[in-house]
Amino acid sequence: MQRRVIFDGKILPYLLLLPQVVITLVFFFWPAGQAVYQSFMLQDAFGLRQTFVGLENYRIVLADPLYLASAGRTVIFSAAVTVLAMASALALAVMADRQIRGAAAYKTLLIWPYAVAPAVAAVLWLFVFHPAIGIVGRGLRDLGLAWDYKLNGVQAMGLVILAASWKQVSYNFLFFLAGLQAIQKPVIEAAAIDGAGPARRFWSIVFPLLSPTTFFLLVVNLVYAFFGTFGVIHALTAGGPGKSTETLIYKLWVDGVINLDLGGSSAQSVILLVVVMALTGIQFRFIERRVHYG
Amino acid sequence: MMLTALALVVALAAAVSPSRAQSRTQIEFWYGLGQPLGGLIEKIVADFNASQTQYQVNPSFKGSYPETMVGAIAAFRAGTAPHIVQMFEVGTATMMSARGAVKPVHELMKETGVAFDPNVYVPAVKGYYSLPDGRMVAMPFNSSTTIMFYNKDAFKKAGLDPAKPPQTWPDLVAAAKKIKAANAAPCAFTTAWPTWAQFEQFSAIHDVPLATKANGMAGLDAELKINSPLHVKHVQNLIDMQKEGTFKYGGRDAAGDALFPSGECAMIHASSGLRARIMREAKFEWAPAMLPYWPGTPNAPKNSIIGGAAFWVMTSPTRKPEEYKGVAEFFRFISQPDVVAKWHTDTGFLPVTAAGYEKVKASGFYQQNPGTDLPYLQLTRTQPSENSRGLRLGNMPEIRNIIQEELEKAFQGQQTAQQALDNAVQRGNVVLRNFERANRS
Repeated sequence: MQRRVIFDGKILPYLLLLPQVVITLVFFFWPAGQAVYQSFMLQDAFGLRQTFVGLENYRIVLADPLYLASAGRTVIFSAAVTVLAMASALALAVMADRQIRGAAAYKTLLIWPYAVAPAVAAVLWLFVFHPAIGIVGRGLRDLGLAWDYKLNGVQAMGLVILAASWKQVSYNFLFFLAGLQAIQKPVIEAAAIDGAGPARRFWSIVFPLLSPTTFFLLVVNLVYAFFGTFGVIHALTAGGPGKSTETLIYKLWVDGVINLDLGGSSAQSVILLVVVMALTGIQFRFIERRVHYG
Repeated sequence: MMLTALALVVALAAAVSPSRAQSRTQIEFWYGLGQPLGGLIEKIVADFNASQTQYQVNPSFKGSYPETMVGAIAAFRAGTAPHIVQMFEVGTATMMSARGAVKPVHELMKETGVAFDPNVYVPAVKGYYSLPDGRMVAMPFNSSTTIMFYNKDAFKKAGLDPAKPPQTWPDLVAAAKKIKAANAAPCAFTTAWPTWAQFEQFSAIHDVPLATKANGMAGLDAELKINSPLHVKHVQNLIDMQKEGTFKYGGRDAAGDALFPSGECAMIHASSGLRARIMREAKFEWAPAMLPYWPGTPNAPKNSIIGGAAFWVMTSPTRKPEEYKGVAEFFRFISQPDVVAKWHTDTGFLPVTAAGYEKVKASGFYQQNPGTDLPYLQLTRTQPSENSRGLRLGNMPEIRNIIQEELEKAFQGQQTAQQALDNAVQRGNVVLRNFERANRS
């Protein structure tokens, strides 16, 4: 039998929801609406002249080989960031969950990177890995490696993936740790008594029980990789060298703000929005049924 | 007791009443030069504010030139455009076509009745910022040109004559090889503003077109011409030098600037305005030189073109006539020979008026500081041709980024010079056609 709590007030719930709804309307729906509107327009830089051009911006964007290349790059980038951030966080959470000395210190320190602003994190990574002024950067060059992410596209991509994942590891770590601590110890002990080794215990018992958390983090991480990584890329490589780190979110910023092509940029925004919505929808539809809710 | 209270109230009221400064007309001025040049601009503004009591110009640094341009456009769209914005020369076409957003200088001066003679400006400067009929649309201030700076100590170490900088590209390549062989500097040669120095200036000096229609000055339907055999030869030379280790790609826009004053690269092509920073930071002997050219090119070397920036006046729904008058007075202040001369001698920027140049010459400054007149001499070296009067291409910042991207791919070995330039032309022409379409009305 479920106990439900019922409130009497009719207006209070709506009043309590109002601030969040207003914020969502002003900061999400209004700009999104403007993006949709502007994606159907051709404008000059100052907005003095605009003409309705229908779906032309979309056609141009989708037929642009540079856009498709950027989309491919984004897929690789997002997959790498998500996998790296989640796997590292899971490993760290499992290790931090044990009874070891300084566990509290590890847990605290592992959470700090989340408080660092993306652009600041990127600058920190820049100061470490810059080929001329970075500690590790100079070290790599002294070792004889041709480290120059300002000129080598693959190295640049690797570096932004690392910097973007680093930021997200803390967030994932927090949730994984909470998820691990919610698993009842008797279940694991029973498995140990039955003779299951640590790896078997993890994959057969802990991981499935962790699946709600994993599913949630998968959705959040993918959204982060698609949208939240702008600051890291902008401060580290600005999409370069030669476009090798220009993901979709970065490209649409460059096209809108630097190249002043608001129609094309808005079209890209709308396409990205639809893609991520579809991706999230697919995750809920197909992956959630494999999630084991305890 | 009452008297003390009263006195206190009166004193308080006087303290919070509007101060003298706030009764001045406020004028917002956005500029895009970092230190030390930004500080020098603020000093000029402070001098103007101190010289009169009616207007107060408030300067604010908004980031690099591209960032300032984007910021000003965004502010205009929000209705909060600054009165004056310092816009770099490649934003000229975009600003000129923004009828309604920009108040042309000739119109401003006429409306406010402030005396203004466009002919005081050096022809290369005036022509860049004027309409075909000679009416000026922007107020020139910091015009620069590209020159070469070289490290005399590194030259000595490499066995090169420090009084004889290379004058042709083959000479430069040979000098770079010697510097690398003697390890006189970690890097022999680099460039700042790769597109400005190695394409725009390059085309002017060699009297070849950067684009059709007189580099865009004669019409919106211009097309890029940077994949000519000479351009391909030049870029291929840079790629070869980079593979050899004698040329280091310093990055986009002004990123390469840092490599010379630090002593990392022995030779650099940079804005003449870099002089101020080099004077402050270099711990070695150095000197300026004119840009090299490829011998055998007809008419080379011709005059170089200007770079730098000018001041544009922006409109806004809340503008008042006395604000425009303040702007006009500020413009009159900065075009005085004293101000022009001081700005020139403090920095490496050119004297934009002939009177300013004459004043500096008469003071013996050029004798005491050899090489400081070099940018001006390079700029006025010959009568400008259609290819060396400047350029006016729409969305030039985007085109520059396209060229820089294709260069970066070529430097990574992903494409040849010919492919890079063909791609740049193709992509750049799309940008030009879009600009033409959006601004045709």
